[in-house]
Amino acid sequence: MSRILEVEGVSKSFGGVVANRDISLNVAAGEIVGLIGPNGSGKTTLFNSIVGYHPIDSGSIRFESREISRLRVPQIARLGLLRTFQQTRVYKGMSCLENMLISTSHSGATLRGMLAGVPREIEERAEEILEFVGLYPKRRLAASDLSFGQQKLLEFGMALMNEPKMLLLDEPTAGINPTLINGLIDRLRRANAQLGITLLVIEHNMRVIMNLAQRLYCLAHGELLAEGTPGELQRDRRVLDAYLGAH
Amino acid sequence: MRREALTFALRGPRLAAALILAALSLAAPFLFPAITVQLALLWIMVVFAMTWDTTGGQMGYNSFGNVLFVGLGMYACAVVQRDFGLGYFWTLAAGLAVGALIAVTVGAVLGAGMLGLRGHYFAIGTLGLGIAAGEIASSWEYVGAGGGLTVPIYPGDIAFRTGFFYYQCLMLALATFLALRWLYGTRFGLALNAIRDDEDKAEAMGLHTTRYKTVAWCTAAFFLSIAGGILGNIIGFIDPRDTAFASSSYGIWMVLMAILGGKGTLWGPVVGAVIFHLTQELFWTYLLGWQRVALGLLIVLIVVFFPQGIFGWVRARWPERFGATVEKPAGTKSA
Repeated sequence: MSRILEVEGVSKSFGGVVANRDISLNVAAGEIVGLIGPNGSGKTTLFNSIVGYHPIDSGSIRFESREISRLRVPQIARLGLLRTFQQTRVYKGMSCLENMLISTSHSGATLRGMLAGVPREIEERAEEILEFVGLYPKRRLAASDLSFGQQKLLEFGMALMNEPKMLLLDEPTAGINPTLINGLIDRLRRANAQLGITLLVIEHNMRVIMNLAQRLYCLAHGELLAEGTPGELQRDRRVLDAYLGAH
Repeated sequence: MRREALTFALRGPRLAAALILAALSLAAPFLFPAITVQLALLWIMVVFAMTWDTTGGQMGYNSFGNVLFVGLGMYACAVVQRDFGLGYFWTLAAGLAVGALIAVTVGAVLGAGMLGLRGHYFAIGTLGLGIAAGEIASSWEYVGAGGGLTVPIYPGDIAFRTGFFYYQCLMLALATFLALRWLYGTRFGLALNAIRDDEDKAEAMGLHTTRYKTVAWCTAAFFLSIAGGILGNIIGFIDPRDTAFASSSYGIWMVLMAILGGKGTLWGPVVGAVIFHLTQELFWTYLLGWQRVALGLLIVLIVVFFPQGIFGWVRARWPERFGATVEKPAGTKSA
């Protein structure tokens, strides 16, 4: 399988604090890869580095063999590499449907195209995806009227609307009730299998990530601690120590 | 959809109301000849409020410097009228066009830097723009410096003069309204709202935020500069700080009118401008000597009790009227 994302020797520090030290990982097209590690181990920093939120100190990040470590956030997003936020972010003053309509891919978006109305087929696709994430009946409500869990679903729907090649999900199940979690895992799998979207997922819920991911990377203290299948990592002494605090 | 609800399809009672409003606006110089100038200024105020709302309400960038474009349009128009002898009406048209061109260019250039500032920083930065422009104009001999600039006088009958400018203001207000109404109905309008709600998210989704912000500000600059050009002709004399770059009057009023009517709505700024202008004129007429105190009190009351504005309050009170409804039979498509 071809590698869609290659991170090589990436380091990032904030002042004296080293958040990421010499991290290398790769994701193959079509894969679901998990990123785990205790709080403060540098997972979100790595995500931010990948999507161009801040410049990295050293190393290289390639998306579809193209160096992206010097591109800015919107440019990377337009290449088809999208992230969702740990603290869910949706456009709260707009209705769910409007949230979806503005989330189509902006690669090749011209000003003239933007000054036209919303094409009918885009509205239909938005409604289909809202149906898929279970928010269709609430599509005319302002996003701020949704519960936290529903906002997460909306954010996921917006990401799908963008038709990305790859999605970085930052704790997709945090703060969602257990019933919704099962539905969300199912939807993530279907997005991967049916739409061919490669997933890189940060997750603290071990039950979720062990079920979802095909491969896992574990970070601790800003360094890559281990990698392997969920089964391998569950038996890895270093991973257990990192989580139990012996590291 | 909220967007449709706010842009009001013209049917039935609404069509009747619109027709009455149109007839009244057109006949106003004949019905109320004594206050035609005030009514012309009312349309200018509507343009001020609506264009402020494009960035302030729809996009969430509170500008205190939009008066810069008013002043640029005013000076540019007056200078062209003063220096080019193509006949009064042609130079006036040319002056308005040149003013618009300059204002849009300045908007694009300044926007590249200013629109990178967020929140309060943008507000404070723009506040400096109007003040700086006033200072520059008051020391620049070419435009009359601190002594001000007299705008060439309308050549015809004085009675026609007021009517002439009244209809220009009316047309400008109508053009602004229709242009913005159309703009807010496009995907561009959605992009502005997205930037207002969460600009980081909009960037993470790949939106060309800088491009949209700049175009929005330039749109405001375009209509404001024309309003400024006409306003200069109505007043007849341009003082750099009190009429052209009047940060403490027009600059603040445009913000207040939009807030009073309801930020981020199409009709809010229109209603806000009408109420504000009316109240202000009444204060000047009946509370002379205390008019500034009364105006200040009104401003405080607006900000404290109507932070969402009239339309914002109505929408929060009856959200279902604006299309925010939940469909009961879950999962069944009706559209």
